[in-house]
Amino acid sequence: MSKSAPVRTPTDLTSSVAGGIGASPQRPDGNLKVRGEFAYASDLWHEDMIWGATLRSPHPYARIRSIDITEALKVPGVYAVLTHSDVPGKNLYGLEHPDQPVLAVDVVRYQGEPVALVGADHPETARRAMERIAVDYEVLEPVVDMEDAAHGRGTPLHPGGNLVRHVPIRHGDQQVTAEVVVTGEYEVGMQDQAFLGPESGLAVPGEDGGIDLYVATQWLHVDQKQVAQALGLPLDKVRLTLSGVGGAFGGREDLSMQVHASLLALHTGKPVKMVYNRLESFYGHVHRHPAKLYYEHGADRDGRLVYVKCRIYLDGGAYASSTPAVVANAATLGVGPYDVPNATVDCWGVYTNNPPCGAMRGFGAVQAGFAYESQMDKLAAAVGLDPVEVRIRNAMHEGSLMPTGQVVDSAAPVAELLRRVKDKPLPPVNRTEPVDIREMPGGASNTTHGEGVVRGIGYAVGIKNVCFSEGYDDFSTARVRVQVIGGELSALAHTAACEVGQGLVTIMQQIVRTELGVERVTIAPMDTTIGNGGSTSASRQTYVTGGAVRSACQTVRGRLFELAARKLGVDAVGLSLHGGKLVSDLHGVLADLVDVLGDDVVDETVEWRHRATESLDPVTGQGNAHVQYGFAAHRAVVDVDVELGLVKVVELDCAQDVGKALNPEAVLGQIQGGSAQGLGLAVMEEIQTSGGKIRNPSFTDYLIPTVLDMPPMSIDVLELADPHAPYGIRGVGEPPTISSTPAIVAAIRAATGLALTRAPVRPEHITGT
Amino acid sequence: MRVNVTINGDQRQADDVWEGESLLYMLRERLGLPGSKNACEQGECGSCTVYLDDVPVCACLVAAGQCQGREVRTVEGLAAGDDLDPVQRSFVEAGAVQCGFCTPGLVVAAHDLLRRVPEPSDPEIREALAGNLCRCTGYEKILDAVRLAATRQASGAEAR
Ligand code: FES
Ligand code: FES
Repeated sequence: MSKSAPVRTPTDLTSSVAGGIGASPQRPDGNLKVRGEFAYASDLWHEDMIWGATLRSPHPYARIRSIDITEALKVPGVYAVLTHSDVPGKNLYGLEHPDQPVLAVDVVRYQGEPVALVGADHPETARRAMERIAVDYEVLEPVVDMEDAAHGRGTPLHPGGNLVRHVPIRHGDQQVTAEVVVTGEYEVGMQDQAFLGPESGLAVPGEDGGIDLYVATQWLHVDQKQVAQALGLPLDKVRLTLSGVGGAFGGREDLSMQVHASLLALHTGKPVKMVYNRLESFYGHVHRHPAKLYYEHGADRDGRLVYVKCRIYLDGGAYASSTPAVVANAATLGVGPYDVPNATVDCWGVYTNNPPCGAMRGFGAVQAGFAYESQMDKLAAAVGLDPVEVRIRNAMHEGSLMPTGQVVDSAAPVAELLRRVKDKPLPPVNRTEPVDIREMPGGASNTTHGEGVVRGIGYAVGIKNVCFSEGYDDFSTARVRVQVIGGELSALAHTAACEVGQGLVTIMQQIVRTELGVERVTIAPMDTTIGNGGSTSASRQTYVTGGAVRSACQTVRGRLFELAARKLGVDAVGLSLHGGKLVSDLHGVLADLVDVLGDDVVDETVEWRHRATESLDPVTGQGNAHVQYGFAAHRAVVDVDVELGLVKVVELDCAQDVGKALNPEAVLGQIQGGSAQGLGLAVMEEIQTSGGKIRNPSFTDYLIPTVLDMPPMSIDVLELADPHAPYGIRGVGEPPTISSTPAIVAAIRAATGLALTRAPVRPEHITGT
Repeated sequence: MRVNVTINGDQRQADDVWEGESLLYMLRERLGLPGSKNACEQGECGSCTVYLDDVPVCACLVAAGQCQGREVRTVEGLAAGDDLDPVQRSFVEAGAVQCGFCTPGLVVAAHDLLRRVPEPSDPEIREALAGNLCRCTGYEKILDAVRLAATRQASGAEAR
């Protein structure tokens, strides 16, 4: 195959636009991205590389009687065909429980489970070879009901049965009764992360028998560990470098092609590239757990909550992935950001033969949020209060007690966030002639000029934990180097924390500029030559890796002061750095840092961890399990065409407390993007399954919001510093995804008067057809 | 087969092209131009948008062979050396880029819109970009970027 392209590998990000924390400098990778020159994982290319492809099970549950690869190996251009017997290490991996085979052995537990691999000279050759692999399946009846699975009914799919985890929480009086009781049953569909950059990467066999892996992931070190175990290699022979990541949202926390490409590379001795297409991507990563939720809220006649009882079921699909942690989140956050004196919560996460589910933005808090916010609206109606008023009466605040017994020990401005969205001006009603049909439900398809269109307004507020919980040793590692390059003071920041689009690279530059007064800051490629950076999830990277970079800067600063003290003969106490100058409290500017440093290089690496958390008591669910809580509120305004069941979200406003906005524009970007994903779950996004099979694995049938679906947003950002967090920050990425969905569904209920107990709301739920 | 095609002004040639191959595959894997993206390869996301004889198309839906003797302009061909096109500059400045996987397609689509409609209204921008999915931004800052680029071009100083 002829080819004239250069090899593309991740490079230093040297573009450095001035701006410390609190400013909004441009991204250091922005120019590369708009020019089409940023090296995403699917853009990698290596001299002499071949293509890898994955044969997947067509059945949700089947026994494998035999696999015959003879004919596939005969296809010209095929270099290798591999099955489970070619996995040299442990053929089981997983984030929390290793229960998932790298390649299926004698049973497949979901449609799309990897069974065999092909390495070939062209993707089309690989596809043709895969058609010639003969797998003899004995098809079995799939387990698909999550409630059955939780309660021990149906075929056990794994040795310990189908229950992955049950978290009970018992808070207060378990026998208490109330004057007003509202109950509800809710369902949340399976949402897909639908990141745009497909799973992809390049595995290059090393001369030492190891592997160099260039991938798009959320957590390099957890990948490294799992890949090494599967390959039977020591950790230092599995070296990972982050390539350009086209979005993640939780979907890249589990392995996809990492082990597969490495296996092919080690077997063929050639670099192997794997790129999923969209269809394969739908099978190739975990999704958001679909949920069934049963709620009962008891209150007094003034709408003050007396108790909440709930049972939450989460379908984890075929393998555990991060289901145990998702279960803990749904349980601990299950009553929402309210003062609830008595609570009885049970949450179950289970195995079925549905597609595997794991991390997605909001992580358990989304499913619970849809249910408890729907309940708050029901309660408002039952006691004759405005939906915002009933929420404010019960709103949690700093000092409130979670149902786990944990005290909320920093700002929790729940009432204020609700007031803010409520007080925003409302958009005008689009009813004055001439009606702009582009603003109507159905848009340019011209389905209505306003006939049958009703407006509704809905509110919601949500709570999300930030960082890893339940006693996990959650830390990040950062290295900061300062030296003079070409007569100019320069800093380099290096971590293994994954930039997936959120802007961590910008934040790292800002922190270094603020802490060291150095303008030129280079960001080194993220890789495993440095210690663990932890996962890019749980809204934690600005907090934890930001904290690590700040801490490394502080160490570097101390070293610079010692150096200055030695070279200039001054006291190291009372020194500071400003704009590249060394300043003394007593004597003002002492010297240029360039001169102080000379040829010296100051290079420091630190590990930084947030305050410790505790595990939950397995019987009562009590414990200080979380690090920090984040809150956001939304108001949604919708127009609904009640005849066709079409919804137009007219406006979606948000208020969120972020503690401290290190980069205010990036904060808005997170709120806008997170709200859009919530809108998707409210009105369009669902992986539909039947008998365990995905019915809509394409962007033709799985719809995500377009620019026509996403309304303007008015956003209030509060900055109430958390004294426990670096710079007072509060994780930003997830809270807006939680309250957006229930606010929109509440608005549709307000417009239509329908009960609407399921997200996403489909047209037929509105028209009743 | 062999395909001769003009790309970003350069005469290029690709050999051993298989009949089923798309223009997108040829650009990305044979000609060293991976700027156009491969988010769906079925015409649904717009991340692969390029100009074919000056008309924006989804490169994933065009067969490589169909481009014989024609002219293609990709996102890599918009900037003049180090000088970004005003649309590109506006995307960076407005914060319209997060992961950036949608960006090449959106930049080409917005570039095309502003050639046709120098001062588009918001509904016109939305209509023109409706075929380009973005999963990260919620589109608000993309709209800001297009408005900013339009203002720049209207002010004339930076129009190209
Ligand atoms: S890749 Fe061509 S439209 Fe999606
Ligand atoms: S910036 Fe990530 S898809 Fe648009």
